Amino acid sequence: MSARFFPDSMPLPFADAITLPWWQAASEHRLVVQRCTSCEHTRLPPAPICPECRSADSAWKEVSGRGEVYTYTVVHRPIAAGQQLPYVIAVIALEEAGGVRVISNLVDVEPDQLEIGMPVEVVWEDMSADLAIPRFRPTGRQGAP
Amino acid sequence: MSRPRAQIVGVGETRYARWGRIGDVTEHALACQAIQRAVADAGLSLDDVDGLASFADDRNEAVFLAAELGLPALRFANMVWMPGGGGGCAAVSNAAMAVETDQAEVVVVYRSLCQGQFFRFGTGGMDASAPADPRPPTLQQASSLLLASMGFAMPYGLLMAAAAYALPTRRHMHLYGTTSEQLGRIAVTFREHASRNPRAVMGGRPMTLADHQASPMIADPHRLFDCCLESDGACAVVVTTQERARDLAKRPVEILASEQGAPKGYAFGPFTNANIADELYATGGCEELAGRLYGKAGLGPRDVDVAQIYDHFTGCVLMQLEDYGFCKRGEGGPFVEGGALSWPDGSLPTNTHGGSLSEAYIHGLNHVVEGVRLLRGESTCPVEGAEVCLVTSAACVPSSAVLLGRR
Repeated sequence: MSARFFPDSMPLPFADAITLPWWQAASEHRLVVQRCTSCEHTRLPPAPICPECRSADSAWKEVSGRGEVYTYTVVHRPIAAGQQLPYVIAVIALEEAGGVRVISNLVDVEPDQLEIGMPVEVVWEDMSADLAIPRFRPTGRQGAP
Repeated sequence: MSRPRAQIVGVGETRYARWGRIGDVTEHALACQAIQRAVADAGLSLDDVDGLASFADDRNEAVFLAAELGLPALRFANMVWMPGGGGGCAAVSNAAMAVETDQAEVVVVYRSLCQGQFFRFGTGGMDASAPADPRPPTLQQASSLLLASMGFAMPYGLLMAAAAYALPTRRHMHLYGTTSEQLGRIAVTFREHASRNPRAVMGGRPMTLADHQASPMIADPHRLFDCCLESDGACAVVVTTQERARDLAKRPVEILASEQGAPKGYAFGPFTNANIADELYATGGCEELAGRLYGKAGLGPRDVDVAQIYDHFTGCVLMQLEDYGFCKRGEGGPFVEGGALSWPDGSLPTNTHGGSLSEAYIHGLNHVVEGVRLLRGESTCPVEGAEVCLVTSAACVPSSAVLLGRR
């Protein structure tokens, strides 16, 4: 069992054929970025061709799930029923990802301890058997795996 | 540049009200009312109108409005391919292109919003009081590229504009030391301007910096008074050729230059995109656009006498002031703190109607209306001798802007 941080009522992700492999990897608790096999440029969100060299050849690269906070906001209004307030939305600059960032939530952190540059690591939240969402927490925190 | 430039010859609006307060008139009827008033302001008749232009996924489709208004023939119907309020000036630009290339002679740009009849923008379309779906959460099939892209934002709750635009603003504060008080100064200044404007929803509600600082936190660093209003109302702008503009009711205002677009890799901006280039992230994303705009008009920021800057959130105003060259990157905070935006004594009186923070949130088309009124000498915060007015549309998303000039 993974930890639960947000209620089932959170907005659900949408995917199409291009972004589906990212979500399939997530369901296996693998955080991936799309890497152009022609010029090595990494990208997210997934896209049909490389925006740098326009090659259609790409592969999925798994990253460590470590990174640092690039920016954040502490939100005091609910978006979903049953949500605990406030909650934190952050942009995380991922390690080993060629500069790629992701939008996510920070959990297990007091809002007044937040700072840009704070090291964080992924923690997976299984919303259901088929859907896992990557959230992040300060590196080295104890808790659910 | 020698080509004949399009002119704005009429502006009009309905009453503006707090969201949900216009429930007795449908949104498209409200659009018709604003269009009729703008056409009358120009001294034209609906029989003269042969084009309609809008933006931001308008629910009120031009072909139906043309039928409702009894337009003799619809030659041009256009909507900007950009999300939200970023397309307001682009719609004016498209109208100008239409009349300058004889696709139409008289094009009306319109915007109508009845949030009570549809949904409040502030909620991001979500209802946090609705009971949860009893089925287990699962991945949904994206029916559009926008939704597939939103897939990387929605599950984290990033649907509310106040949260989305907080992200670049927070980074701006981190990089440059920008403060909440500096953001508050923007809100207080626009409220002062609104106090003179009888159309302004918040005209009778004075605000001090202490009020701003005491207003509840919505999405840090955005307090309630950093966020634009949510309004019901409609407005419209009439665009025609230089030749046709000569003998109409009001002194025409010239569209000196217009630009629209987004920098490389921008997509929907910080709303869905964590991977905007580092040097662009804590900006409004309009610096390239601003350079092209000024270049076309042969003008620079020092030639701008007054500005109507899209103010969805105070931080976005501050970053646009830097994008458009009124101060250096990172110096927006001290610039606004020094009173630059204040009418009548600031170096750049801005949002002389009160803006979306204090007049009304009509997706910024009301900023174009105010730009025209100001250059005609009809603003409630008149700027004597003003010849050039910059009007911008929403920043931190693909954006657009126009430079208006008094002939």
